[in-house]
Amino acid sequence: MLLNQFLILAAALFALGIYGLLVRRNLVLILLSVELMLNAVNINLIAFESVLRSELAVGQVFSIFVITVAAAEVGIGLAIVIMIFRNRRSANVDDLSLMRW
Amino acid sequence: MTFFADTAGIMLVLPFLAFLLIMAVGKRMRRQGAELAIGALAINTVWATVLFVQNMTEGVLAKTTFEIARIGSDLVFELGWVVDGLSIMMFFLVNVVGLLVFVYAVGYMQGDVRVPWFFAAFSLFVGSMLLLVGAPNLIQLIIGWEGVGLASYLLIGFYWEDLDNVRAGNKAFLVNKVADVGLLLGAIIVALAVGSFDFQAINLAAAEHMEALSSVAVVGGLLLFLGAMGKSAQFPFHIWLPDAMAGPTPVSALMHAATMVTAGIYLMARTFPLFQNLAEEVRPWMVAIGAITLFAMGLLALVADDIKKVLAYSTVAQLGYMMTAVAAGGYTAGVFHLFTHAFFKALLFLGAGSVIHAVHSNNMSDMGGLRKDMPITYWTFVVGSLSLAGIIPLAGFWSKDEILATLGHEGYTAVMWIAIAGAFVTAFYMTRAVALTFHGTYKGHGHPHESPRVMTVPLILLAIPSAIAGLLSIPGVSLPGIGNFSEWLAVREVVMGDHHAEVIQWALAGSGILAALAGIALGWVIFGKDRETQQQRDAFGVPILYPLLRNKYYMDDLANGVVGATMGPVARFVNWTNTYIIDALVNSVALLTKGLGAFVYGILDQRGVDGAVHGLSAAADGAGSALRKMQTGRVQQYAASFVGGVLALIIVFVFVT
Repeated sequence: MLLNQFLILAAALFALGIYGLLVRRNLVLILLSVELMLNAVNINLIAFESVLRSELAVGQVFSIFVITVAAAEVGIGLAIVIMIFRNRRSANVDDLSLMRW
Repeated sequence: MTFFADTAGIMLVLPFLAFLLIMAVGKRMRRQGAELAIGALAINTVWATVLFVQNMTEGVLAKTTFEIARIGSDLVFELGWVVDGLSIMMFFLVNVVGLLVFVYAVGYMQGDVRVPWFFAAFSLFVGSMLLLVGAPNLIQLIIGWEGVGLASYLLIGFYWEDLDNVRAGNKAFLVNKVADVGLLLGAIIVALAVGSFDFQAINLAAAEHMEALSSVAVVGGLLLFLGAMGKSAQFPFHIWLPDAMAGPTPVSALMHAATMVTAGIYLMARTFPLFQNLAEEVRPWMVAIGAITLFAMGLLALVADDIKKVLAYSTVAQLGYMMTAVAAGGYTAGVFHLFTHAFFKALLFLGAGSVIHAVHSNNMSDMGGLRKDMPITYWTFVVGSLSLAGIIPLAGFWSKDEILATLGHEGYTAVMWIAIAGAFVTAFYMTRAVALTFHGTYKGHGHPHESPRVMTVPLILLAIPSAIAGLLSIPGVSLPGIGNFSEWLAVREVVMGDHHAEVIQWALAGSGILAALAGIALGWVIFGKDRETQQQRDAFGVPILYPLLRNKYYMDDLANGVVGATMGPVARFVNWTNTYIIDALVNSVALLTKGLGAFVYGILDQRGVDGAVHGLSAAADGAGSALRKMQTGRVQQYAASFVGGVLALIIVFVFVT
């Protein structure tokens, strides 16, 4: 079985996503990091499904759900990023600390 | 035909109904409620007249009572009405005179302030009096008695914008209250002795010389008499009556004629058997009080400048006649004088009101020469004056003659001569009043006019009985089919046993007439001539006597002095007690309370309760300040802590469990 290799790939991708999420300052790159994390999860789901072979193909169905939600999330997220950039001439998260109190 | 006797209670209710209705809707009516007051009295008058006529022909004796409450086992409190010769006479008098005065008041009060309130209080006045005279027992009598006092207080102080009028109302009320204590105590003593408040029971017990009643009759009788003295303004309680002139003139007319002051005489007549049979010892004292009143108060009328005060003192004097007569044993004589007096005194007051209305002054020094301008007022006033003076054959002559005859028969010869002297004084001051008001030249301002018809018609209607009412009681004469006044009045549950003269005693009657004529002649000689000023006209300048009379025998000063001398030290002592004992007590309690309050406030409240509250809020504030720092607004810090949290959870799940 190639399960272990898949899981290692997924974990690596997830760690990469978290790293990008935490250290990148550009909003677009943060969104990309989030996509990386989501796809890491997708790889996990598909890998487990290929081993377990559930009757309703739950793993594959869930990965499609995740892709759908990710598409929607990216759509909204990019729209917000564009609006912020238009208003503030910047896509740097360090400039966006207004959302407190 | 007992319908009217059985429903006589309607007379007691209607004026109160009118009172309430006028208070409710009087303001919106065209005549401001006068129609309601007059309507109620008109219905009453029908009832009273029918009863009066029935009593003339067959005698009406009935009683209707409703039990309201029981005191103990056998003392019953009832309300209701008694219909007998005495109460029918009073019903007739109050309603007829009241109706005429009400009609007169419509003209007199036109354009005045608070007309609806006037008629409301007026209805209350008449209603209370009817409640009083219709009372079958002492309790209802006291209720009506106090009602009359209240209504008179309200009406005397009717123009309350002027402080003097308020004071006059207070004076009337307080003087009456003092006497009312006597009535209340007397009623309780008599009722406890007899075992009933009912007049019938009391009078029957008195007629049978009941043992229990005999022992308290003197005290009880004296106390009841004290009450009667207050209401009927007997010396020395007369001081309130002249001041009561502060009210509107129709009020004075009604108060002096039919309601209020007659209540005392009525009480004496109602409980007459008690005095006649059991209270022998005190009767001379009562006669003496009446005699003092009738003579001394008449003299005061000689010097008064206010025409209403002349009439007021005259009323006091005439009440003295009535009280003397009833106390001496002349039940019919006293009540008959009450009857005739009501007509001519109401007439005189309304006539005076008519003059005041035209002249806009109460003082005779502003009048004079009104004979030509006000002929109706003049002639009716003269009729009333002659009747009051006791000139044959007007009403006053017959009733006064009956009193003189009674006094003579009962052996009060000296008092009889005082009464004759009183007749002289009466004629004297009435002549003065007529001369100063209607003769000579006009001293006032403007041009006086005769009053409107709504005022003169009642005058004429009152002048008729003032002239002829005396014919109802000519000694020894029984009118065909209807008898005479003393027979009507004798329709009582108990035989009154008073003396009636069978023939006219011409010697006595002649003395009375001569005294009256002498009074008129003297009055005319002194006051008849026109003088420039009032001081010159008022030439009654006898030294000592004149200042004595002008100051009303210093009675008011005496009353003030007595109250001041006795009450002053008491008041000072009470003040001292108040300052040094009660105040000290109050102050120490206050100090204690203050200390306790300081402790509660400073320690318990400020430190304890507030400390807890403040501590909590400070803790919340500090926690908030600390936690606030976590909210940096930097999304990646949030994400980092989130990741850290997840890692911690993973470690916990993987390695611990």
